[in-house]
Amino acid sequence: MLAQEFMRNALVAGSFVGIACGLVGWFVVLRAQVFAGDALSHVAFTGALAAAALGIDIRAGLFLATILGGVVMGALGDRARADDVVIGTLFAWTLGLGVLFLTIFTTNGSGSNGTAGVRVLFGSIFGLSSTDVRISVVLAVAAVAVLAVLGRPLLFASLDGAVAAAQGVPVRMIGLVFLGLVGLVAAQATQAVGALLLLGLLAAPAGAAHRLTGRPSLGLGLSALFALVSVWLGLSLSYVFPTLPPSTMIISTAAGIYVAAMSLSPLRRLVG
Amino acid sequence: MPTSSVFTGLSWNPATDVHALFTYPFMQHALAAGTIVAVMAGVIGWFMVLRRQTFAGHTLSLTAFTGASAAVLAGVPIVLGYFAVCGLGALALAGASGPRRSQGTESAATGSIQAFALGLGFLFVSLYHGVLNGLDSLLFGTFLGITSSQVLVLLVVAAVAIALVAVAARPLLFASVDPDVARASGVRVQLLGLGFLLVLGLSVAETSQITGALLVFALLVTPAATAQRLTTRPLAGVVLSVALALLVTWLGLALAYFSVYPVGFYITSLSFALYVLARVLR
Repeated sequence: MLAQEFMRNALVAGSFVGIACGLVGWFVVLRAQVFAGDALSHVAFTGALAAAALGIDIRAGLFLATILGGVVMGALGDRARADDVVIGTLFAWTLGLGVLFLTIFTTNGSGSNGTAGVRVLFGSIFGLSSTDVRISVVLAVAAVAVLAVLGRPLLFASLDGAVAAAQGVPVRMIGLVFLGLVGLVAAQATQAVGALLLLGLLAAPAGAAHRLTGRPSLGLGLSALFALVSVWLGLSLSYVFPTLPPSTMIISTAAGIYVAAMSLSPLRRLVG
Repeated sequence: MPTSSVFTGLSWNPATDVHALFTYPFMQHALAAGTIVAVMAGVIGWFMVLRRQTFAGHTLSLTAFTGASAAVLAGVPIVLGYFAVCGLGALALAGASGPRRSQGTESAATGSIQAFALGLGFLFVSLYHGVLNGLDSLLFGTFLGITSSQVLVLLVVAAVAIALVAVAARPLLFASVDPDVARASGVRVQLLGLGFLLVLGLSVAETSQITGALLVFALLVTPAATAQRLTTRPLAGVVLSVALALLVTWLGLALAYFSVYPVGFYITSLSFALYVLARVLR
């Protein structure tokens, strides 16, 4: 399995994407911002298709759109926690724009008609080039670094925003930066599992970790571990059974872990 | 997109243009279906926004895609897949939520359900070879080729959904605004929540046949959110929400008829513009 270059690329990129998603996802779930992550994943779709329609590099559109989307959502919402109606209306429109770009792209574009949309929606982890891999490694490391710096105040602000603000923590600013970070990770995960499925990597491992433990350090570790296991197991399954698409297998594994954690959650009292 | 094949251009004579809209049977069907869907989405969406269940609504709308692709793969009528899988999705969501759960855990569960459902949908699509064009219309909908029997099914389902909400309107409103007090005065909040999710699933399954799984949301959430910006009175809000949904649907269909761009783009953009307008005004 490891002899194939596309498989090595997929594993390396997938691992880094998984770790970043697991760590950022833990905070997303803690802050009850899964819906914002959902919206950002759709922004990713529109951004990528806009880039495709304009004929520029898809990655540029992807990252620009999601990071911008995160910041806009943070700015519009109350106390940098966008409320779900604002998110909902904003991204319903974003999807409409995405459809427009898809139409422009498929009517003007040549060659790869139609498949670009599907690739963006459902990912193409087996089609990553070594440049893609390098980019995703660098971005994952950057995201984790930002999170490491931001970690303590972010945790404080997430658990008790009012007290944190009273203590002089810039709660609003942190919320904005965090949503931008979620956007970055979403764009990166779009390349691996696709815009529609990245929510699974963001929400399921983190949700499972939250069900098992309330301790932040342990939870973060578990979340990253679960995401990593999902990627590895999903990729292996898809390699062994080529008819099964890799992104589906990754998400199914993550969902399986979540269900397992749910049935184990009485254990939580023992772990702490 | 098949839209381009009906591009006839605008004559700039209002009478002939409006007449042209109603000339073809497919356009009559599209307008009828759009009207039914808009009325239902306006009513159900108002309650959905009030109950802050937009995330659940979006998740259900995406399970509609799974249902459709499962039906295509199994060779059964797509309508069946829509309704069956959306019903299952509503049950799963109701199971994942509960009064004792924190908001974060609940949204994590919803997100996991959504991603899993989409993953399954993608699996079904890839198991069923050569459906790439169909995939686009499953996700983004088409208002072309709606048959009169489809319109009839839409009408029946919409009537059932609206009737159910109308019957339960008072306790549902009570339970949505203040669940704790409602529970204390004997309203069966949990049962109502489950029932509402099922109705939401039903209407989403229906709407996605016209707008596609990805755009249901535009009709469900945006007109309702706009209405709630403008008025807090329940009855006026529901009526306004329906009116806005109708307006954007009709305008969107008409614009799509006279241009090459997809109807989903027009409906979402129009409703978003109205929302922004409402936010600026209020």
